[in-house]
Amino acid sequence: MWSSNWAREALAVLAKDIRSEYRTRYAFSAVLLFAVTALAVVSFSVSPYSLGADVQAAFLWIVLFFSAMTGLSRSFVREEEARTAMTLRLSIAPEAVYMGKLLFNIALQGAVAAVVVPLFLVLMDVAPAHPGLLALATILGTMALASSSTIIAAIVSRANAKGAIFAVLAFPVTLPGLSSAIRATTAALRGAVGSGSALVAGAAGDLRALAAYSVLMIASSLLLFDFVWDD
Amino acid sequence: MDPAEGHVRLELIIDSVSKSYGARRVLHDVTARAGTGQVLVIAGPNGSGKSTLVRMVARLARPTDGRVLWKLDGRALPATDIRRAIGMVSPDLTLYDELSAAENLRFFAQVRGLSATPEFVRSLLDRFGLGGRGGDLVRAYSSGMKQRLKYAFALMHDPPLLILDEPTANLDERGVALVHDTIAQARLRKCVVMATNEPEEVRLGDVVIQLGA
Repeated sequence: MWSSNWAREALAVLAKDIRSEYRTRYAFSAVLLFAVTALAVVSFSVSPYSLGADVQAAFLWIVLFFSAMTGLSRSFVREEEARTAMTLRLSIAPEAVYMGKLLFNIALQGAVAAVVVPLFLVLMDVAPAHPGLLALATILGTMALASSSTIIAAIVSRANAKGAIFAVLAFPVTLPGLSSAIRATTAALRGAVGSGSALVAGAAGDLRALAAYSVLMIASSLLLFDFVWDD
Repeated sequence: MDPAEGHVRLELIIDSVSKSYGARRVLHDVTARAGTGQVLVIAGPNGSGKSTLVRMVARLARPTDGRVLWKLDGRALPATDIRRAIGMVSPDLTLYDELSAAENLRFFAQVRGLSATPEFVRSLLDRFGLGGRGGDLVRAYSSGMKQRLKYAFALMHDPPLLILDEPTANLDERGVALVHDTIAQARLRKCVVMATNEPEEVRLGDVVIQLGA
């Protein structure tokens, strides 16, 4: 009798969240402020030339990880705090809610990365040996962060100390993806593994691991979300 | 003549339902049955479990024991369709403050697979006395206007089951009259479940569940 199309529903949730975010700047301002402040503090207090590519890559991903911890939980937390979560539960398939929130978190973290990575290159005076590989590692790393953060945000959104629990739960879950992103970024910055396609082949294992991590997180989240979201 | 003739027939069966939160039992062995063309009233003092039972009827909470069944034209509704069969107005449901009333209605129309045209949204707003205020952010609405907007949200997809928790809360005299008219219209071709303590509304019930404290 009724048609269900959760792709359409997910896109509607994404559009609604973007509109809400545009009106309130609820998450983007907090995330960006943290990321820019952290980058500026470190770049002014440490000589960029004293840091190796591996430390620079780790620093970049620490900033991106804590940016995600600052902002990505808010898509669900806001629904619970504003008491709109039950309205969503009544109206939309759980899978569509998850996919809509995931797409929003990818867009948010992607927007933050689009600001933070160029700023990092400028402030740390880094010229990546392979910008294409850096872009690929950033895109896949962003997806990995967003995919793990989204399901954890749904889990913690009804807890009391949301912020602390979110970071504590997210760290071990995100660690495999984060490690791969750091290694791929190190290869992109250093360029010592090889050049051109040889370098990409060297970092391919990490990029594949990142993609697999995201697919695994999204698939398992879709299976679990009904239980997490249900009252 | 069956007043619900020509419409889908929904049957709601509440079968020996109990609900506990930890050691605290909120509801014990509640049984009732209602269908299209009937009003099921859930009455009782504060804290007696009215809203809990309403949430279970809306499939927003699960019973600890017993079951709630929804049947459409004699067949059990699959879980995916129950959501679309329900329209609900409750203090527990909130619309988005940072969006306008029209944007809220457009969003929920989209996710329900309805044609979210400006005309459709405008007609909904007009129907509930909010014409001309559709562009205002919901945060600028009074509590009575928000309650009216909830009715537009609940009825936009013409659901066969209408669930009302404190249906006239926050409404002025005209709003109350509008809601009573809506209930009178809805009971002709829907199953209406209403949690209330208003004597005038309790009297509307074809089936009444009286909960204790």
